[in-house]
Amino acid sequence: MEIPYAIKPRPDTGVYNAKLGMWLFLASEVMLFGGLFSAYILLRVGAADGAWSRGLLSVPLGTINTCILALSAVTTLLAWAACKVRQFGKFKFYHACTIVLAITFLCIKSYEYRDKFLHYQILKPDNTYVDGHIVSATYLDAAKQSHVEHGFRGTTYTQGTNQFTLASVTLKGFEAETLKEINDPEPGHHHEHKEISVPAAQIKKIGNYGPAHNTFTAIYFTLTGLHALHILGGVIVIAFLWGPGSKMWVTDPDRFTNRVEVSGLFWHFVDLIWIFLFPLLYLT
Amino acid sequence: MNDLQPADLKQYTRRCFYVFLGVVCGTLTMVAASFAPINNHGLKIALILAIAAVNATLVVTFLMHIVSEKRFVMLVISLTLFLFIALMALSAIAHFDLPRLMTH
Repeated sequence: MEIPYAIKPRPDTGVYNAKLGMWLFLASEVMLFGGLFSAYILLRVGAADGAWSRGLLSVPLGTINTCILALSAVTTLLAWAACKVRQFGKFKFYHACTIVLAITFLCIKSYEYRDKFLHYQILKPDNTYVDGHIVSATYLDAAKQSHVEHGFRGTTYTQGTNQFTLASVTLKGFEAETLKEINDPEPGHHHEHKEISVPAAQIKKIGNYGPAHNTFTAIYFTLTGLHALHILGGVIVIAFLWGPGSKMWVTDPDRFTNRVEVSGLFWHFVDLIWIFLFPLLYLT
Repeated sequence: MNDLQPADLKQYTRRCFYVFLGVVCGTLTMVAASFAPINNHGLKIALILAIAAVNATLVVTFLMHIVSEKRFVMLVISLTLFLFIALMALSAIAHFDLPRLMTH
């Protein structure tokens, strides 16, 4: 049985069904991200003075990722245009470029995530802070022998029959009197980074810049994580159309071209979301 | 864009890359604006978001071909835009509606 309006436009809507379906899907996606943008606005304007992290993210990496995604939007469009003019070789080339660019975007995003999970903040008993990237953590076993770990493994951990207790943590970072100094420093102020060793007795609270750190990191990981999932979903579809799905080019090139167009619409939407995420999270 | 011919591909490719360059320029302008010595933080955010809106318009207009879309699709987009703006307006109103301390 032939699926109606898979190639030709429906007379009442003026477009083929898959395209209309994609636009309706994108409409629901706008509202999904709209809800999260709304949450961002409320969290941001409701944050106490100095509680909102600014300048935490790497602007050069964000800028590079914006350019990568913009270029991938162009290559996916050119892949569709190549299909339209029946140049399958060019379609393959441009779609391969899109896949490579999308994977590069995800790699850079993963690097940024990793950086946040290695970035720690220590609250000391006198309510001052030490903030920076973890260098090492020293643990003592039952015989008081010290073991140096490259990462923080909690205040205690067990390995086999041995129990290890935290002795000290070394961070490469800076000391601060208040949270505002860390989250919202004066313009032009740069903290001097040095290695700081904090004994376990001087640690009241320790945690990394993961989603649970504060409201900024919570909304940052939620928004960018959801966006990254969209990128992943999009690249799977594009890779399918580039690989096994491209067999349809031989049997039904018009329908295949429409599939490429619809996947391209989704990809442009993903680019569109990032165009707003970048300034909101990295620049303001 | 449904009547694209092989001879048009080169020109179309060139146009796409101009759009890409436009988006890159917009992004760099946003970054420059974020480091500009503007004391009014609200004004700075508004300026950056305005540049982001220009970038978004470039993508929607030229890459998503919204200008040549059918009326029915335009209707869907218009309704979505209206609902999105209403949602953002509701967020703003909700903030001002709450006693100051409750939002902190």
